[in-house]
Amino acid sequence: MQQLSLLLTSLPDGILLGFVYGLAAMGLTLIWGVMNVINLSHGPIIALGMFGTFFLFIRLGLNPYFGLFVIALLGLLLGILIYAAAVHRVINAPHLSSLLATFSVNMIIIGLGTAIFTTSPYNVDFNMGSFQIGSVTLLGTRLIAALVAILYTGALYLFLYKTRPGKYIRAVANNRAAAELMGIPSTRILALSFGLGTMLAAVSGALIATFFPFNILSGGSYELKSFVIGVLGGLGNPIGALLGGLILGILEGIIPAFMETSWVPAIEFALFVAILLVRPTGLFGAKR
Amino acid sequence: MTRKLLTLISLLAITALTLAACGTSATPAATEAPPPTTAPQPTAEEPAAQPTEAPTAVPPPAPVTLTIGFTSSLTGSQEVSSKRQVNGLNLWMQQINDAGGLVLADGTVVTFAAQTYDDESTKERVQELYTRLITEDNADFLISPYSSGLTAAAAIIAEQNGKIMITAGAAEDDAYKQGYANIFQLYTPGSLYLISTVDMLKKLDPEAKVAIVHESDKFSTSVVSGLKPYLESQGFEIVLEEGYASDTADFGPVINKLVESGATVLLGGGHYPDGSTFARQIYERKVGLKFVSLLVAPADSKFPELGDAALGVATSSQWELKATHTEEEAAGLGIEWFGPGGADFAAAYEAAYGDKPTYHAAGGYVAGMVLQKAMLDAGSTDPEKVKAALDAMNIFTFYGGIQFDTTPEAHGLQISHQMVVAQWQKDAEGKLVRQVIWPADVATADPLYPVPAP
Repeated sequence: MQQLSLLLTSLPDGILLGFVYGLAAMGLTLIWGVMNVINLSHGPIIALGMFGTFFLFIRLGLNPYFGLFVIALLGLLLGILIYAAAVHRVINAPHLSSLLATFSVNMIIIGLGTAIFTTSPYNVDFNMGSFQIGSVTLLGTRLIAALVAILYTGALYLFLYKTRPGKYIRAVANNRAAAELMGIPSTRILALSFGLGTMLAAVSGALIATFFPFNILSGGSYELKSFVIGVLGGLGNPIGALLGGLILGILEGIIPAFMETSWVPAIEFALFVAILLVRPTGLFGAKR
Repeated sequence: MTRKLLTLISLLAITALTLAACGTSATPAATEAPPPTTAPQPTAEEPAAQPTEAPTAVPPPAPVTLTIGFTSSLTGSQEVSSKRQVNGLNLWMQQINDAGGLVLADGTVVTFAAQTYDDESTKERVQELYTRLITEDNADFLISPYSSGLTAAAAIIAEQNGKIMITAGAAEDDAYKQGYANIFQLYTPGSLYLISTVDMLKKLDPEAKVAIVHESDKFSTSVVSGLKPYLESQGFEIVLEEGYASDTADFGPVINKLVESGATVLLGGGHYPDGSTFARQIYERKVGLKFVSLLVAPADSKFPELGDAALGVATSSQWELKATHTEEEAAGLGIEWFGPGGADFAAAYEAAYGDKPTYHAAGGYVAGMVLQKAMLDAGSTDPEKVKAALDAMNIFTFYGGIQFDTTPEAHGLQISHQMVVAQWQKDAEGKLVRQVIWPADVATADPLYPVPAP
């Protein structure tokens, strides 16, 4: 009975967090889906998004939710820059080359970030209050973060399915050679896709910073979660990523009701391996 | 074909075994303690043995520069506390060197040079770097990294190479129960960490329902291993015991468990990153506990950055400036006093680093002082003599008592130092200040109990 009550109180938290995890994973899975590149700089970009919130809010006094527009734009530009500098030349090379290229970017960001910000924890002291529904406490910051994640997912969906550049992205993801023959500028579309992926990562980091402390290394754990979510939802399937994020968030909410919290990562990664073995295309199928 | 393959595999296996055997025999030689970096010291007999033209005064011994090797966590999870510990140690070293060095009984003047690397808060780096400090940098004495986990990794290397290591930020007991002979602990052992807090609770609220929620690492687990039986012996009901991973960011599920358990008091935590996150989320969720005591994090001067979430959070502290130990206290106990007073240390630290010293900084400083005192007592820098002096040490400093267990079962374990309980409270101007609330004879304020609801 006590566990059931615990389950009920923990579940909403897990769901809210799951949307944000899903948003982070969507960035990773979009890049994989369009250009078959596993972006190992995903974690540090999430961390940069966190620092974005910190500096815009603490230094410039900008509300973290208005700051999201700035961070999204900077994330998009950073992604395009990374694509041009590190990914474009190896886009047609074996996977290992792009993996190493993005890993190098990861190391550069972490190195620079450590030198500039150190690895001390940063904290955005921003409070949106909390709402009590029975025994359930919902934190305002998490509720808004979940709403923003849903909005971004909706906007991404509309962009991919209702706009010309979005359709180009889907065309390039399906068959790059055919898309080029149809006159689609694939290099620009690939750069845009990479930019969108990093934008989603940076925005998710910016949202996470409103409720968790962070440092330049903090993105690593969300990158790992993004991989688990990507596998759950199907790599290359952005909507699957959101659902995968929800599943992971729910698991994180309910596992501690039955066992020690320190078991959560062990179970998450056991699930990762199990899905890879049983259904490698993910629960919702990989989408190309 | 199969036979050829088998022969080849056998030959390879024999070669590998031979190489491994050679490697094993070569290892001790490679890691053998290097010759001391100290300059040759003339002895009293030497002048007589050498022909001299005229009787002259015995020349003073040549000055000696000793290398103190240690790693610091410039990056990673231990960064905050480690940097403070290293600041304290560097301050001690700088003061000794600026004063012209340490003068031993035979007139030898000893100065110190630091050799240090960033261990990135990882055990692998610690083992690699302590090996390097010993074998390549020829460190004469070692100071531990910060944290029990990293120190346990460094202790193995120090012991294998017969190097004396003073452990500063490392409270866990087990490292001193491995039969090591060269490791000496400065902190109160982890198993005794929260004893003072429990004593205080016994007086404030013997009916308190206690939840123990702690980081699942060496140090915090060691604290809990001592805390749990003591709580039970004092008649407290433990309503929840829960461990969490070191990189936990979302304490929501743990806090829900805490609420469900009906706990009125929380004892636990781990280190700075998790402790500060935990405190913030307890506040945000308005858990309404009467008392919260967390390890390490609230002892740091960064903790008030949490704002009102810091109010009422207590910690066990190895040292607090407000309750610093004094020469009079030492005289009352009949123990030898050594070193500067706490206020002098704090003033020097603040002048050097622009920040008030925490117990981590004091620990780093006193680690150097312990080495200094051992050399003075030994009248030598010879490691064996210094070790004997450490075994015999029983002193009182601004940081408290220092004496090491010399039994084979727990050699090097700290047996004299005691802790205080500190709590973040608001002063008359509404500013957060850390007050000492226990033991009562050194308290600077009454405990804030129960902590006001957010």
